[in-house]
Amino acid sequence: MILTVVFWSFAGLSIMSALLCVTRRNPVSSALWLVVTLFGLAGLFVLLDAHFIAVMQVIVYAGAIMVLFLFVIMLLHVGRDQPPDMLGRVGSIVMIGVASLMVLELWVLTTSEPAAELQLPAGTLAREAAQLGAVGAVAGPLFRDFLVPFELTSILLLAAIVGAIVLAKRRI
Amino acid sequence: MFLGESLAVSAIIFGIGVAGVLFRRNAIVIFMCVELMLNAVNLSFIALAQQLGREGQVIVFFVMAVAAAEAAVGLAIMISIYRHKESVNLNDIRLLRG
Amino acid sequence: MPGVGWLWLVVMLPFAGFLANGALSFARPDAKRLVSAIGVGSVVLAFLLAFGIVQGVAGHSEAPHVMTYWQWMPIGQLTLDLAFQLDPLSSVMLLVVTGIGALIHVFSVAYMNDDPSYARYFAYLNLFVFFMLVLVLGANFPVMFVGWEGVGLCSYLLIGFWFSDRANADAGKKAFIMNRIGDFGFLIAMFMIYRETGSLSFVEVFAAAPTAFVVGGGVITLITLMLFLGCTGKSAQIPLYTWLPDAMAGPTPVSALIHAATMVTAGVYLIVRANVLFAMAPVSSFVVAAIGAVTALFAATIALKQWDIKKVLAYSTISQLGYMILGVGVGAYAAGVFHLVTHAFFKALLFLGSGSVIHAMHHAYQHTGRHEDSQDMRNMGGLRKAMPWTAALMWIATLAIAGIPGFSGFFSKDEILAMTFARGGEASAFFVLWAIGSVAALLTAFYMTRMMLYTFHGPNRTGTDEEPHLHEAPWVMTGPLIVLAIGSVFAGLLNLPAVLPGSGWLHHWLEPVTAASAQFTAEAHIEQATEWVLLGFATIVAITGMVGAWMLLKPEAVKPAAEAPAETGFGKVIFNKWYVDELYDRVVVRPLMWLSDLVLWKVIDKGVVDGAGVNGIATVTRLVGWIGSRIQNGRVGTYVLFFVVGVWFVLRVVTV
Repeated sequence: MILTVVFWSFAGLSIMSALLCVTRRNPVSSALWLVVTLFGLAGLFVLLDAHFIAVMQVIVYAGAIMVLFLFVIMLLHVGRDQPPDMLGRVGSIVMIGVASLMVLELWVLTTSEPAAELQLPAGTLAREAAQLGAVGAVAGPLFRDFLVPFELTSILLLAAIVGAIVLAKRRI
Repeated sequence: MFLGESLAVSAIIFGIGVAGVLFRRNAIVIFMCVELMLNAVNLSFIALAQQLGREGQVIVFFVMAVAAAEAAVGLAIMISIYRHKESVNLNDIRLLRG
Repeated sequence: MPGVGWLWLVVMLPFAGFLANGALSFARPDAKRLVSAIGVGSVVLAFLLAFGIVQGVAGHSEAPHVMTYWQWMPIGQLTLDLAFQLDPLSSVMLLVVTGIGALIHVFSVAYMNDDPSYARYFAYLNLFVFFMLVLVLGANFPVMFVGWEGVGLCSYLLIGFWFSDRANADAGKKAFIMNRIGDFGFLIAMFMIYRETGSLSFVEVFAAAPTAFVVGGGVITLITLMLFLGCTGKSAQIPLYTWLPDAMAGPTPVSALIHAATMVTAGVYLIVRANVLFAMAPVSSFVVAAIGAVTALFAATIALKQWDIKKVLAYSTISQLGYMILGVGVGAYAAGVFHLVTHAFFKALLFLGSGSVIHAMHHAYQHTGRHEDSQDMRNMGGLRKAMPWTAALMWIATLAIAGIPGFSGFFSKDEILAMTFARGGEASAFFVLWAIGSVAALLTAFYMTRMMLYTFHGPNRTGTDEEPHLHEAPWVMTGPLIVLAIGSVFAGLLNLPAVLPGSGWLHHWLEPVTAASAQFTAEAHIEQATEWVLLGFATIVAITGMVGAWMLLKPEAVKPAAEAPAETGFGKVIFNKWYVDELYDRVVVRPLMWLSDLVLWKVIDKGVVDGAGVNGIATVTRLVGWIGSRIQNGRVGTYVLFFVVGVWFVLRVVTV
């Protein structure tokens, strides 16, 4: 019971702040509302037995990426005047398209169940976390089954760093 | 636990992200809406990981790493464009005109 | 004697004349002597050669001589050859065409002397003779059709010879177009004949006909009716006759040659050639006979009130053709050909004589500078004093056409009416046809006498200034008239009636051609006594007509055309040709023009072809380009939109 309330609080928070993020005129406001959204989602992650991921979300996403966003926004002095919409008539057509996209996804996702043989018994994740610890539970598959992607991701990050510096410098 | 509801929330946030991408003209704000979409998908993965295994969470891990790399590079590009055009408004960036 | 192998030369001589005169008309149009020599010489030579050939083969063999010159169209199982056929029927036609043609060419030398397009005239005239020979000598339907169309073409060219006058050009068009309607029937018949018999050559088709068709069946009836449709066009029968009076717009020798003696008889020739087919289809034959009789009477009524001398002769031609058609319709094929031959003589004589009259009137008006109609009989009168020879020769022709005993027309017309009467034993409808034919004979005698009266007798109405300038035609023109007059008198000997000795020579001569049909027609016999009665009756009819005209008509009461009162009452109806032309205009021409204008032009041509087709394609292309330019506008927002739509589409397709 209490879990439901908590779930819907965080879900409602996420949705509301997402809406606000999209509709604010000032990009700084948009960025800050996005941070709130990320926090809300982190809360949801905790409820879904993904403790490690939740903390990662706060540290990496809300802490690093959004800060980067805010730096760039303030660096570029953006946010003078911009209407939030595209063309009026075309905008409403687009709105309808987007809405149908949402409806479609809702319908598809909420009415489909994974196959019975793939499903784990309820509460498996919680037990594992209790045994191995939150971090350990994630680290297991990460360093065993997903080792190669892990290493490749580090190279990717290296490439991103180099690329960002090269692109943003005034003179190489 | 909250599978259906989580998927619904994920869908709604994804839709909001799409609407934002289509509606906003500021390139950076659009970028932020893309991040929103990514997060909505992360929520889906986490929700399904409960039933299908820990791999869902590992995938989210990788998504976040890639999102970070992508944000870095993308914002660097925005800065370059701003240096050329004095604006990040999408209406002004029309060099791809056919 | 030249053998049959020289037949091709007979046909090619006029064609060579056409080529030479055609070249001269462009290069040296003033070389009148040379043009005359080539034009007249080619046809005269052709006649002499033809005469020799016919003499050579006469009486030697029963089978036709077929000379194949070239494999024209080998198509699968059908081979159409360019081949000529010389048999009794085609020999008769050959001699008529070249003989009368030669005389008219001689006449034209003087008649057309003042015309600037002298060379062109002779070129066309030679071309006509060439095509007519191809028509009568053709050994199969397609070659005959080539000639058929070719004479239609020459008719058009020659009717509209003075084309700078719009009315003449229109008359030429009218003739050609009405002929085309008939040609449609001819073509349908050809297609059906090929389908039923597998061949188109005369020898094969007529040999196969008795077994390939059911006597009186639907197929043969349709074929013969379609062939007859072609005949009504070419031989100016109801319903396709209205072009012939308009064709009088051409030079008078053209009217004599084409529209009296030769081209218009092509329809009669066709029926006689295909006598087997017509004998096997009694319904069609009766239709043929009925239309022939009705046409004969109908045209005769119109001729009663015409004032233009050439129009009188035109309607007279239609009427006499009706007699020929009546003859071949009742199965008297030899009689039809007989009347064809005699008619060629006296009608050509009448036309050429009227040509002399018109020539004289024209000269007189030229001298005084007035512009009256030199063809209107109301402007003539008493011309026998100025032109005694012409008057006398035309009287001979008039006696022939009226059917006075002793002259050729009497025998040929009587033969047809007697055969019609003889078939009355089978069905009384034939008696009706005989009665119609007799009434028409009465009217013929009447209107021909009327024509002679108003032209040559009575007081002169041309005008006191013109009178001294009226004179006889030169001998170049009168000479051929004399030859034709001799023919008009003595051609009757070709086929005397059964009651007289030395009878039926032409009938025997044509037997190889007509024998095939004999098995299908009941032999019509009349008693000797009945024959004498009929002969007597015909004589009474002819004399009554002539005397009646002499008594009832008063040339003194006729006023010159300029002062003449308008027609009234029944006379007005006949004068206006029973308003048939106006009827055709309302019923056929106007709806067609309406259809062409509103539907075919506005809707289909402008709307569909131009609008949807040409302009439509351009508009669609522009539309596609416009869409493309709106899609590729360089705005990232638009491109993202398409992204999203694409993703949604893929989701739709994959998940549903």
